[in-house]
Amino acid sequence: MDKVITIPQCEEHLSHGITLAIGGFLAVGTPESLIDYLVEKQFQNLTVIGNDTSFFDKGIGRLVAGRQVKKIIVSHIGTNPETGKQMHSGELQVELVPQGTLAERLRCGGSGLGGVLTPTGLGTVVADNKRVINVNGKDYLLEMPLRAKVALIKATVGDKSGNLICRRSTRNFNPVMAMAADIVIAEVDRIVEVGEIDVDQVMIPGIFVDYICLSGRNADSGC
Amino acid sequence: MDAKEIIAKRVALEFKDGNVVNLGIGIPTVVAEYIPKGMAVLLHSENGYIGLGPALDPIDPDVVNAGAKPASILPGGAMFDSVMSFAIVRGGHLDFTVLGALEVDQQGNLANWMVPGKIVPGMGGAMDLVVGAKQVIVAMEHTAKDGAPKIVKECTLPLTGKAVVKMIVTNLAVFQVTGQGLVLSEVAPGVAIDKVRAATAAEFSISPLLKEMDIA
Repeated sequence: MDKVITIPQCEEHLSHGITLAIGGFLAVGTPESLIDYLVEKQFQNLTVIGNDTSFFDKGIGRLVAGRQVKKIIVSHIGTNPETGKQMHSGELQVELVPQGTLAERLRCGGSGLGGVLTPTGLGTVVADNKRVINVNGKDYLLEMPLRAKVALIKATVGDKSGNLICRRSTRNFNPVMAMAADIVIAEVDRIVEVGEIDVDQVMIPGIFVDYICLSGRNADSGC
Repeated sequence: MDAKEIIAKRVALEFKDGNVVNLGIGIPTVVAEYIPKGMAVLLHSENGYIGLGPALDPIDPDVVNAGAKPASILPGGAMFDSVMSFAIVRGGHLDFTVLGALEVDQQGNLANWMVPGKIVPGMGGAMDLVVGAKQVIVAMEHTAKDGAPKIVKECTLPLTGKAVVKMIVTNLAVFQVTGQGLVLSEVAPGVAIDKVRAATAAEFSISPLLKEMDIA
């Protein structure tokens, strides 16, 4: 099944007010061409799930800087002063989640699990209004699953059936986000024929990926 | 020797061959420069790999550390995604995590992720690191820039972790966090106990084995 589309063909899956999961860690492994498209089309009132709000001129940071986001669920906002500014003025709702908890909540959302028990955040404000469950004498916080309507992820190489390889530290949240959204769109630097990726090398199985599109940025970084 | 060098050199003495270590941003990052040559200490980078090394020329834009600065992956390293990265963190697979602090108190509570009304950078991976690593070392300058003590009786800032810190290394001293409170175990070369006392708001006892840091 050929899943290749152009970036403008993503439009039918996007809308104002949508919840997006966007891959990347401080914009490394973020689908910048898809962000370009979100900026160009000025989708508004977005809810964005990501590791961080990056820098004001990169990745998710550009959506925040352009005031396209109403709520953001991330582990870190410190590198983008615009996020803090909008949070303090009340324009932007920020839910800060410990990074490992964010990963596990997405994993739950994509894995049919009702939640995860983690010691992370016990005794801190992260535990406020959450259930503490004792298992074999040890306390854990119950953290709930997290899903997005659409995941926008980045990979280095994709075959036409959506099997993906992410180079070096670009992998980060991309695999887990691919599992935790109704529709998954992958931006890739290079598209190859089915069969060209060795099955042992696949990092994100194509069954999670609905569409792949070619990045307009560094077309081929060689993998 | 400047403050950073004292702290980084002293922290590096804790590591043993084969340890897996996560170093936080700031002074903790400097510790990597003082790991003895020939000692195999594997650095974990929470964005998804083991084997963090210094940036190479030319830089590879796909290889950054957890602060998005250029880095490299050393031979024998391994890449993974965020789920596995934090399974390593929480699952007890790190021997040490070394972090900075805004405040640390005599119960081993740590505050380093926000100052209400002022700065809210977020916790990133810090809350996971402090509950999961086998040993949590706070590495920081002994006092804030204005001279205010950072080692206090009880943290006033929002906590990153409760009773998680095992050791505090500063430019003046080393404290062990024990069930009986803080124990001063080492002082930096030439630093008197009174100077440590004056710069510390927490109560502490003095180890009978008190010595100078072995960092010459």
